[in-house]
Amino acid sequence: MATKASRSAARLMMAPAVILLLGWMLVPLIMTLWFSFRTYLPLRGGDQGWTGFDNYVRFVTSSSFWPAVQTTLIIVLSVLIITVVLGVLLAMLLDQPMWGQGVVRILVIAPFFVMPTVSALVWKNMFMDPVNGLFAHLWRFFGADPVSWLSDAAMPSVIMIVSWQWLPFATLILLTAIQSLDGEQLEAAEMDGAPKLKQFWFIILPHLGRAITIVILIQTIFLLAVFAEIFVTTGGAFGTRTLSYLIFQRVLESQNIGLGSAGGVYAIILANIVAIFLMRIVGKNLDN
Amino acid sequence: MGQIQLKQVTKSFGDVQVIPPLDLTIQDGEFTVFVGPSGCGKSTLLRLIAGLEDITSGTIDIDGVDATDLVPAKRKLAMVFQSYALYPHMSVRKNIAFPLKMAKMDQAEIERRVNGAAEVLNLADYIDRRPGQLSGGQRQRVAIGRAIVREPSAFLFDEPLSNLDAALRVGMRLEISELHERLKTTMIYVTHDQVEAMTMADKIVVLRAGHIEQVGSPLELYHKPRNLFVAGFIGSPKMNLIDGQEAAKHDAHTIGVRPEHIDVVESDGLWQGTVGVAEHLGSDTFLHIHNTGFGEMMTVRAAGEVNLRHGDKIHLNPRVEEIHRFDSKGLRIA
Amino acid sequence: MARAVTSRRKLINTTAAWAVGLLIFFPILWTILTSFKTEGQAIASPPIFLGFDWTLENYKTVMERSNYARFLWNSIIIAGLSTIIGLIVAVPAAWSMAFVPSRRTKDILLWMLSTKMLPAVGVLYPIYLLFIKMGLLDSRAGLVVVMMLINLPIIVWMLYTYFREIPGEILEAARMDGATLKEEVLYILTPMAIPGIASTMLLNFILAWNEAFWTLNLTAVNAAPLTAFIASYSSPEGLFFAKLSAASTMAIAPILILGWFSQKQLVRGLTFGAVK
Repeated sequence: MATKASRSAARLMMAPAVILLLGWMLVPLIMTLWFSFRTYLPLRGGDQGWTGFDNYVRFVTSSSFWPAVQTTLIIVLSVLIITVVLGVLLAMLLDQPMWGQGVVRILVIAPFFVMPTVSALVWKNMFMDPVNGLFAHLWRFFGADPVSWLSDAAMPSVIMIVSWQWLPFATLILLTAIQSLDGEQLEAAEMDGAPKLKQFWFIILPHLGRAITIVILIQTIFLLAVFAEIFVTTGGAFGTRTLSYLIFQRVLESQNIGLGSAGGVYAIILANIVAIFLMRIVGKNLDN
Repeated sequence: MGQIQLKQVTKSFGDVQVIPPLDLTIQDGEFTVFVGPSGCGKSTLLRLIAGLEDITSGTIDIDGVDATDLVPAKRKLAMVFQSYALYPHMSVRKNIAFPLKMAKMDQAEIERRVNGAAEVLNLADYIDRRPGQLSGGQRQRVAIGRAIVREPSAFLFDEPLSNLDAALRVGMRLEISELHERLKTTMIYVTHDQVEAMTMADKIVVLRAGHIEQVGSPLELYHKPRNLFVAGFIGSPKMNLIDGQEAAKHDAHTIGVRPEHIDVVESDGLWQGTVGVAEHLGSDTFLHIHNTGFGEMMTVRAAGEVNLRHGDKIHLNPRVEEIHRFDSKGLRIA
Repeated sequence: MARAVTSRRKLINTTAAWAVGLLIFFPILWTILTSFKTEGQAIASPPIFLGFDWTLENYKTVMERSNYARFLWNSIIIAGLSTIIGLIVAVPAAWSMAFVPSRRTKDILLWMLSTKMLPAVGVLYPIYLLFIKMGLLDSRAGLVVVMMLINLPIIVWMLYTYFREIPGEILEAARMDGATLKEEVLYILTPMAIPGIASTMLLNFILAWNEAFWTLNLTAVNAAPLTAFIASYSSPEGLFFAKLSAASTMAIAPILILGWFSQKQLVRGLTFGAVK
């Protein structure tokens, strides 16, 4: 509801943000699309013209493609399961009355604020180092042989590091959602004779449904793009090469721009599929 | 001065016309109430007058000058909002002074007027507090204070009492009426509560779906409702409306009798029925009567305490001279 | 829930929550502790928890050797400037979408959100190429622009959700009171919006500070912020645990402190207002 004058002023005020984002989206996107249809090797002959869909076919048929897809899926799914399940439990624990709630909350949230390169390095060296890492000490204490985590169990290690980073996010959002649950609902359920487990199953969990969906969607978008953790720990070796990392290697390490760009287009399509679901939820929320 | 004239004003949101062409004149010094059910366009009409919405066609004159294209600030109108719309980051004093500061008035004059308003509205005790620390009634007073310091040519009230509890509402109603008596400034007041309309207005404008159903003084509307809608809307408890044979006896499609115009008699009443719920208010008793043979339940207002209970059979006599008659289109038959 | 809780139950909750909390926090705590050890004690077997000779030697070494100040300054400039420029662009946009919504407002907001979801690797080379062509590679200016653009959707969204909570009637009251658009923004909107703008600023600063894809790929020496500085410890310097810890502590300390102030805003900002 407004007058004509304020409407045209509003359009003017929106323009800079819209134009900047439009440029940021369209220019690289069009360039990526363009390169993806060309043979382009900056260090070996430069731009060698059109190749049609060759790059797309080669990217998918290369021996590293399916393993990369598999790796990506395993990392995304494992981290999602770990963070959501632990997140729900942790959120419910933190919602209980206790002493020093504020401090515990801070302790739990802290990992989210640690920059990815730091958390990757700290885990890699100080915990997972097979000689001096804390885990090695722990294993020796129990009489076991220390494990070379990042080569022998690279995937579980990466999953563990990434989960540690994202658990706070899931917990914090689920905790916010739990706190918005109307206490009278639970009291009504108790009056109706529902035991605790049923209260959890039929009232708390459905109430968290939307928050869980949001956590899953947002984390998926970020997890598909996990980079620094792999860059610092394994450099993509030992079966930890994700789709994003594969594209990164094609583009910057082997400088095969055409091939990398085709991969990039795949990644964009994949992210957009997830994004559509997220936008639906967010969009619905806008209507209220 | 504060005469406001609407000529062929319309308002559409997109394709939906919420105000069909409408003419209305509000005289200087008049207390006019726009009343109607929610969604009838009364608030939109007020916002058109305020200039917060553009009108789609037609003109609005304020004091004989075309104000259609004037921005709200230039119309010399002050508005009290439903949510009070106080500035939460300013003290009461600063809230009240804000319009004066915007008018670039000198500091001494601002001080004088703010203090004047504070005195009139009993705001002095909390003049340096923030709105968040005030009760609903106090906030309401501050909002009114902010409106009166500007000495506008007319006040616009948008359902100002709807957020207050019942007791406070009655008190504030009186205060606003008194303010009007003292200032003699034009006031336009929007409400969905017909009691507020009846008690405060010099002139009531009854609206439905953007149409004006009737304009008149409270008693005109009470005694001579122009149609069934106004008849049903004005008056509490609501007028009893009877169709069919009983109405035909009075050469009408529908007849209406107010609950206070039906007498309870020992025997030989024109109408009979069974008492349903009896609401004993002390000063009055509202009887809800079933089985009258007219289809709908009937409400009767008996003065004082009446010793009637659920299930009692009673006789009723309507006062014939107080029967309202309506034709098949719902319009009053004179 | 208004009910009495037995103190036994509260004790159990407290113990469990603290145990879990400390477990999650442990890697950070361990890093901070290790940063005060000597290199020898840092790799001692069995590990030493508190009974070591506290020293600031590692901090001194890190600062002297790796030009820490420059990385820190780069981080501050990149995160700070990108946040400020982002706000300058986003405040008017969010204002107009919140207070003068049109039928397309929702679509524009969702579209902005969708740009945030563009995977960075998908557009890595074009940006890389444009940076080379424009001489922006390894420059702070270039990173400021990129960082501003990737976080702009979040800034707009956060501000939008905050602005929407300011009742429109208050702005209308100001208009009735004779305030011009400028005065309305200056005297009414800005003071009321400051808490929201501050939270947005804080969260965005944190996100920009921790961003590691573009900073690793678009910087080398001159513009490298702390994320890249830490990555340089990957090996073999990373085997010096105490120094690694000191460097890490310095990189995360400022943001941990800021982060603790912004817990609530974090939820709103990262869920685009869908969870409050």
